Amino acid sequence: MIEGGTHLGFIVAAYAVTVAVLVGVVGWIVLDGRSQRRRIADLEARGVRRRSSRNVPS
Amino acid sequence: MPAANLANPTRFLAFSGRLLPWLWWVTALVLGWGLYLSFYVAPADYQQGEMVRIMFIHVPFAWLAMACYAVMTVAALGTLVWRHPLADVLQKSAAPLGAAFTFLALVTGSLWGKPTWGTYWVWDARLTSVLILFLIYLGLIALWQAVEDPGKAGRAAAILTLVGAINLPIIKFSVDWWNTLHQPASVFRLDGPTIHPALLWPLMVMALGMTLLFATLLLMAMRNEILRRRVRAMQIVAAAG
Repeated sequence: MIEGGTHLGFIVAAYAVTVAVLVGVVGWIVLDGRSQRRRIADLEARGVRRRSSRNVPS
Repeated sequence: MPAANLANPTRFLAFSGRLLPWLWWVTALVLGWGLYLSFYVAPADYQQGEMVRIMFIHVPFAWLAMACYAVMTVAALGTLVWRHPLADVLQKSAAPLGAAFTFLALVTGSLWGKPTWGTYWVWDARLTSVLILFLIYLGLIALWQAVEDPGKAGRAAAILTLVGAINLPIIKFSVDWWNTLHQPASVFRLDGPTIHPALLWPLMVMALGMTLLFATLLLMAMRNEILRRRVRAMQIVAAAG
């Protein structure tokens, strides 16, 4: 188990920066995915289809 | 599913969609186990005391900073030589992750350096070459943003990625070729690791957890990039009437 000491602030800072950056990266990727799916849904709602999907028999 | 089938973006989306929930669970379990070992099982180091806790995140980030670039280098060959349809998707998706891991390696290393070396930063060969790696990642991200056509951007980024790959052996061997404040390799050595097993095992578990996190985030970012290209294709169709 970790003991408190004069350098505890450096350890806390290192892990805090790590959590902040990783949470930021995960959040950005999740929000980007939602944004792309929403844009595709909007375009499909307007009747727009990709050229490749026009050739796929339904 | 044969690997060649994953070259089809639609199949890749279906396969990665099934894999991701499992990958998230395994990543969370391994990282949780690694953090438990790092804080509750690993002893304080006999020289640097509790500061050794920073090693459990700094070293995996440094490894992943280089591993991510190695993956991008293979993908760059995939773009230029084999013209694999997912190669430049992987390149573009991996660059921000590599930049994040390199940034974390630099910051956690700096926070480890101040109490152990007496300084946050020194322009020695290891630190400087890793900073250059970070700048290369930023350059690649900027290049992707600057060129609108994904195909042209992919080829330009692939060439820059291959040129930048020369930095990888420089980072790895900088501590051997030059006199650096940064210590030499202590895990991957011909004569075996010099770290005590009580500290080595938590480090390896954390490295595995961070590698799984990288793989998970990379798959998610690649799915987003495929969807972004579909949006672009649909917008072109809509604009053409």
